[in-house]
Amino acid sequence: MNKQNQLDLAEYVIQKALSYGADAAKVNVSNSRSVEIEYRDRNLDKLSESTQNSLSVSIYVDRKFSNHSTNDLRPETLDRFVEQAVAATRHLTADPFRHLPSSDLYPKNAGVDLEINDTNYKQVTSEKRQEIAKLVQEAALKQDKRIISVAGGYYDSHFLSTKMHSNGFSGSKEGTSFSVGAEVTIKDGDTRPEDWEYVSIRHLSQLPDLGKIGETAAKRALNKIGQNKIASGKYSMLVENRAAVQLLSMLIAPIKAQALQQKRSYLDGKKGQKIASPLLNIIDNPLLIKGMASRWYDSEGLATQKRNIIENGVLQNYYIDTYYGEKLNIQPNGGSTSNVIVAAGTLSFDEMMKSMAKGIVVTSFNGGNFNGTTGDYSYGIAGFFVENGIITKSINEMNISGNANLLWNQLVAMGNDTYLYSAYQRPSMLFDDIHFSGL
Amino acid sequence: MQLNDYYQRFGISEEIIRQVMNRALAKGGDYCDLFFQHKITDHIGLEDSDVNRAYSNVDMGVGIRVLKGFQTGFSFTESLNLESMKQAADTAAVIANSPASTSIENMKAHDVANYYPIQKNWETIGVDDKIPYLQRLNEKVFAQDTRIIKSTISFMNQSSYILFVNSDGRITFDEQPMGQISVSCIAEQNGEREQNSHSLSGRYDIDYFTEEKLDYLAKELVDRTVNLFDAQKPPAGELEVILAAGSSGILLHEAIGHGMEADFNRKNISIFSDKINKLVAKDFVSIVDDGTIPQMRGSINVDDEGNDTEKTVMIENGVLRSYLHDRMSSQHYQVKPTGSGRRQSFRHAPLPRMRNTYMLPGPHEYDEIIRSVKKGIIAETFTNGQVNIGGGDFTFYVKSGYMIEDGKIVTPIKDINMIGNGPEVLANITMVGNDLKMAEGGWTCGKDGQSVPVSMGLPTVKVSKITVGGQN
Repeated sequence: MNKQNQLDLAEYVIQKALSYGADAAKVNVSNSRSVEIEYRDRNLDKLSESTQNSLSVSIYVDRKFSNHSTNDLRPETLDRFVEQAVAATRHLTADPFRHLPSSDLYPKNAGVDLEINDTNYKQVTSEKRQEIAKLVQEAALKQDKRIISVAGGYYDSHFLSTKMHSNGFSGSKEGTSFSVGAEVTIKDGDTRPEDWEYVSIRHLSQLPDLGKIGETAAKRALNKIGQNKIASGKYSMLVENRAAVQLLSMLIAPIKAQALQQKRSYLDGKKGQKIASPLLNIIDNPLLIKGMASRWYDSEGLATQKRNIIENGVLQNYYIDTYYGEKLNIQPNGGSTSNVIVAAGTLSFDEMMKSMAKGIVVTSFNGGNFNGTTGDYSYGIAGFFVENGIITKSINEMNISGNANLLWNQLVAMGNDTYLYSAYQRPSMLFDDIHFSGL
Repeated sequence: MQLNDYYQRFGISEEIIRQVMNRALAKGGDYCDLFFQHKITDHIGLEDSDVNRAYSNVDMGVGIRVLKGFQTGFSFTESLNLESMKQAADTAAVIANSPASTSIENMKAHDVANYYPIQKNWETIGVDDKIPYLQRLNEKVFAQDTRIIKSTISFMNQSSYILFVNSDGRITFDEQPMGQISVSCIAEQNGEREQNSHSLSGRYDIDYFTEEKLDYLAKELVDRTVNLFDAQKPPAGELEVILAAGSSGILLHEAIGHGMEADFNRKNISIFSDKINKLVAKDFVSIVDDGTIPQMRGSINVDDEGNDTEKTVMIENGVLRSYLHDRMSSQHYQVKPTGSGRRQSFRHAPLPRMRNTYMLPGPHEYDEIIRSVKKGIIAETFTNGQVNIGGGDFTFYVKSGYMIEDGKIVTPIKDINMIGNGPEVLANITMVGNDLKMAEGGWTCGKDGQSVPVSMGLPTVKVSKITVGGQN
């Protein structure tokens, strides 16, 4: 399907919905193509390639709401699908808060090109893709004799999607993404520790040195040799940039409108208040050029803009969508995250590590969870034990536990090493006095 | 439903299947299979005491897989016309690059068991039929305790129709139903709030959800929520841990089950890679993965590669006996497939996966197990878990439980992670109760980006030490 086909299909479905009695409707049509390649231990292990289409329609009838999606786009089944969707909606209870977004909030024009589409995508050959997976895998394999298995992976996708609302919104976007990386397993006595390195980018030309990706994956796995737990206690905690995304999720989920309205948020009522160390500054930037989550309209069709989420530790904005905004009586500003960017600090990772008298570097989290209602968290971790600024031991099988309210006030330094290959761009972060459990 | 009904549903015939398979094998593949699926999912939701949202999804397509040795070529198409299917077959075929050499055997439908017969097909149940269940459950939740301030309920049902055909000539077909009611609530006391959730799920029809079941669900949920107001964090470090009978089976799923999936072992990257026939636990520890339990969420009549499902004994009296195999790993190890090849949908190639994983009952009494604990915890409900396959370090998150001191259950605990090493924890199981219970909730297992429904079970089990997240 091209853009015009998508627009025509969306228009057809909206007209059908209205003709079956809907007061309003919104339609999303998308198609995508993806390729996945895995090389393992010098052999092509898996090659997968497919295209897919999907359509979803939201129905508003007599203040009642439902959403239906299908991948069966044949005209005869689609007609019946829409008819049934409208009929099913009528059984529900009316919901005075449910309506399409106000058309004032839709973008007035398309804005600047966010460069999320690699226009050379169609020229990427099957040989090129395989070559990338193979090279990244070879780069890791040759690092050390203790490596017993390496998988080199390549994934790309191209999508085109169109959104149309019966009260005047219509938009299309096209984009590409590429992921390249390696997973490495090593032999260490009776165990086979593993680690990985992956990057996600919008344009193939942004791909960093493949040798370096493979090397990093191998180094990470080799760092796990001799890993074990140490005594429980309170330690400083340096969370490596790649792992720090886990902590950010504890801040984001509770400031979404649904969590607030449903009373599932430990940050309910905290807008304008200090919730973290002044070192913490977070913006949400949907207009970042080549960003992994860049967009000029959001999942509801609302025009996007850059906004402050946390400034010098003070909570500046919630994420408010149309429906829960209506329930909370707050003007919607976009209910979902785009590129979440944590401001970098001035210290390098090594400088922060050297500042720890007795601390733990967390290189990865292992399971665990977070209670958004109370702020309680508990996560498994792996990394290094640091004494007087020097790594003395590789550790795993330990937990951290505490409350998010306290955690963000325990933030004492922010790194200058922002991790770029993600919609969550974040540096390494140093915390004081974290409860670790081990022996 | 008979084979012809499936042909009709997908608009195909044996002749069309042959043409597509010929294309899939045209570049020299050893084997190919086609996995047709039509899945209808409905979901209605209650929030702020109104059933005011409904969602539905229709998903249809065919996945085409070609094997060349242990290499996989895979593609799928959502359009089931001959031309689209041939194109997908051409894409999957390129994993091989030699002249065609495999011929397609005569096709024959293979009879499969029926572990989940249902009386009422979910497609005949309308939104209006389901609404009263949510309304009644909501009333029960609020009636249970005055501290409840919010309740959210969802009713999900699914019908999945699968037709599988491979180049060995085997045809299987299956209709897989699923029903689930999930409820969560928020309670408030002295300005503090606590949240919890509970669900009932399985390959049931609507009649499973009786008034008694709704009463039970409301009581279980509310009791476990208001209890959290008194809960504390346990001390940090290694403690004796009792796993309560039931969903504590998550221990087996994470600590042992994933590492026993044979693809990891075939690739030599699991901590269990060279442990077959070795003693790994005390002689009263036996662990199985069973696809045949009637109506259980992880049960399957046939796996997604056309193999009969079974009850696979992974650990028998402390000795590691069998991995969980798919077609590829069973060929590598030269053993019979265990019916463990599963996929999330037609968009994915199959992998060895768990079904319902549990430990057989042991020799100990519940009271005897509790009494034996000097200082420890009993973990009762869980939210999630995870494992590193090669390192063997696994975790699971405990939503609620209690401290045990000098053989007596005392203060409630909440929101803590537990972490351990699979083989070590297995060896540290020192008592196994005679009270096996299966989980009743909607557990979903993720691996390589694919989610499949599973269940698990455990008798009351004592582990001599696990590292518990807590305060120092």
